[in-house]
Amino acid sequence: MTGHEMGAARDELRDVPQKIRDRVTGEVRRETMIINMGPQHPSTHGVLRLLLELDGETVIRCKPIVGYLHTGIEKNTEYRTWVQGVAYVTRADYLSPFFNELAYCLSVERLLGIEAPPRAQILRVMLCELNRIASHLVWLATGSLELGAVSMMLYGFREREVILDIFEAVTGLRMNHSYIRPGGVIMDLPPDGPRMIAKLLDTMPARIDDYERILNDNPIWLERNVGVGKLSAEDALAFGVTGPILRSAGIPIDLRKDEPYSGYETYDFDVPVRTEADAYSRYVIRIEEMRESLRIVEQALERLAEPGPVMVEDPKVGWPAKLSVGPDGIGNDEAYLRHIMEESMEALIHHFKMVTQGVRVPEGEVYTAVESPRGELGMYVVSANEYRPYRVKIRDPSFVNLQAVPTMVEGGLIADAIAVIASLDPVMGGVDR
Amino acid sequence: MKAAEIAGRIRDHFPDVYVARDEVTVLVDRAELIDALIRLRDQPDLSFGFLSSVTATDHPDKDPRFWVVYELRSVEHAHRLRVKVGLPGGDPHMPSVTPLFPTADWHERETWDLFGVVFDDHPDLDRILLPDDWEGHPLRKDEELGGVGTQYHGAFIPPVDERTMP
Repeated sequence: MTGHEMGAARDELRDVPQKIRDRVTGEVRRETMIINMGPQHPSTHGVLRLLLELDGETVIRCKPIVGYLHTGIEKNTEYRTWVQGVAYVTRADYLSPFFNELAYCLSVERLLGIEAPPRAQILRVMLCELNRIASHLVWLATGSLELGAVSMMLYGFREREVILDIFEAVTGLRMNHSYIRPGGVIMDLPPDGPRMIAKLLDTMPARIDDYERILNDNPIWLERNVGVGKLSAEDALAFGVTGPILRSAGIPIDLRKDEPYSGYETYDFDVPVRTEADAYSRYVIRIEEMRESLRIVEQALERLAEPGPVMVEDPKVGWPAKLSVGPDGIGNDEAYLRHIMEESMEALIHHFKMVTQGVRVPEGEVYTAVESPRGELGMYVVSANEYRPYRVKIRDPSFVNLQAVPTMVEGGLIADAIAVIASLDPVMGGVDR
Repeated sequence: MKAAEIAGRIRDHFPDVYVARDEVTVLVDRAELIDALIRLRDQPDLSFGFLSSVTATDHPDKDPRFWVVYELRSVEHAHRLRVKVGLPGGDPHMPSVTPLFPTADWHERETWDLFGVVFDDHPDLDRILLPDDWEGHPLRKDEELGGVGTQYHGAFIPPVDERTMP
């Protein structure tokens, strides 16, 4: 029996207890129970709270309640320089920091009317795709754990650790990197970087095969995922759902293809699409996306053989300091420090002005969207010709995708609600911002 | 479709349209918002059927004080358009677009929560990011950052600069 035939057979079985009960008692029970799932429930991915009305084990009504992780990121950006804004937005969806940084920096660059140098764009693409793999690994690890596959959790986090090591070597930080900045990226790859990434490219494909060997034909995995959490293409579009969930319903929207940015149109990769629109097809899509991301990383790494600047040359925009990663994290390059402290007063004044005051961005508004691991991550950035943003709105895909939860869980079993939330992959840092 | 081309096609119906940085922006009166969105959605060469985002900006010293911003996208043509509606500070009411775009539900709740813009006929216009008993709308420009007390379900923690060490 294929996975989807099993799903159909099980759907029929679902009605059996109700039929038996009706025959025995001759009446339908009307009592319902309201329970809270979360905000401190291990399978709600952080602090999501679901208010569920249950009839036995069937969910009749579901209301997602969010906001427990609200940190006022958007308000904070209005009180900081344009460059400092990067350090705020990167903390929104903490599993995809590079995407937050990229969407923000692309917006600021469009307001400034500049473009990052080619090498910076390649680095951005490469780190974003590594980030996509790391994010999908966390989804795979936690999502499997929730459905009982404990060993999958260990494997997922093991490989994610390798990627985080690369991030640490490149940016000085494992998360919240503030690496992508308006005008480029903050520093070039460390000497060891290409070797670390090449090693990952060597080992990762076999690891992904392993995951599939563990899960693809696992009867429990199929039972819990196939046919669960269906969301039709029409409903998905009406609810504004994007990313792997929309692509699992047969709509091949991927902003990297539809509205290419950072040179994505020059990379060779495919967009996996399925039509079953269930939790299992989202699993298949994310696994395939990891493979496609590896393809992009490989192409990007080849292109990085050519050296070049990683920050715009314009001294009125680019970050003045040369940075490097030391044993205790990111810091100013010693030669650069000597230059501004001992050799050039003008360089010190310039450094001070750029770091404390930064760039004045011309008046205007832009909306820039990138394809994050969870869908359309948009930034609506408004400038009033000042040294700080007038408004930064983060259109986070998790926030919008969660709206579809009631449609997906109502009428199903409460146990399936866990699988549904897992298949959505919401990150509450992005939802609540 | 290129931004200028979109602007050219809709200028007859929407005279207040401009293109900046390759993005089309249409200014619409709040009374005409629903009709405008239906027209933009149903015209086959435009088909703006996907609502990406709803938010607002606050300009306390100007009229209109609030701009409510709708980011529309076309799935078929992969192009975008922004619709903006100006609202006076004394009467920040808007028609809800949830009947047209169910996704607007949470976006409008967030805009109400953070800016105090009221979406009439919204099915469930509650706070979404802040606690239910929060007072004020923190993304308004007249609400300062920091230096405010923390309030949460009856508990009150004074602002940082007013705290006394135990």
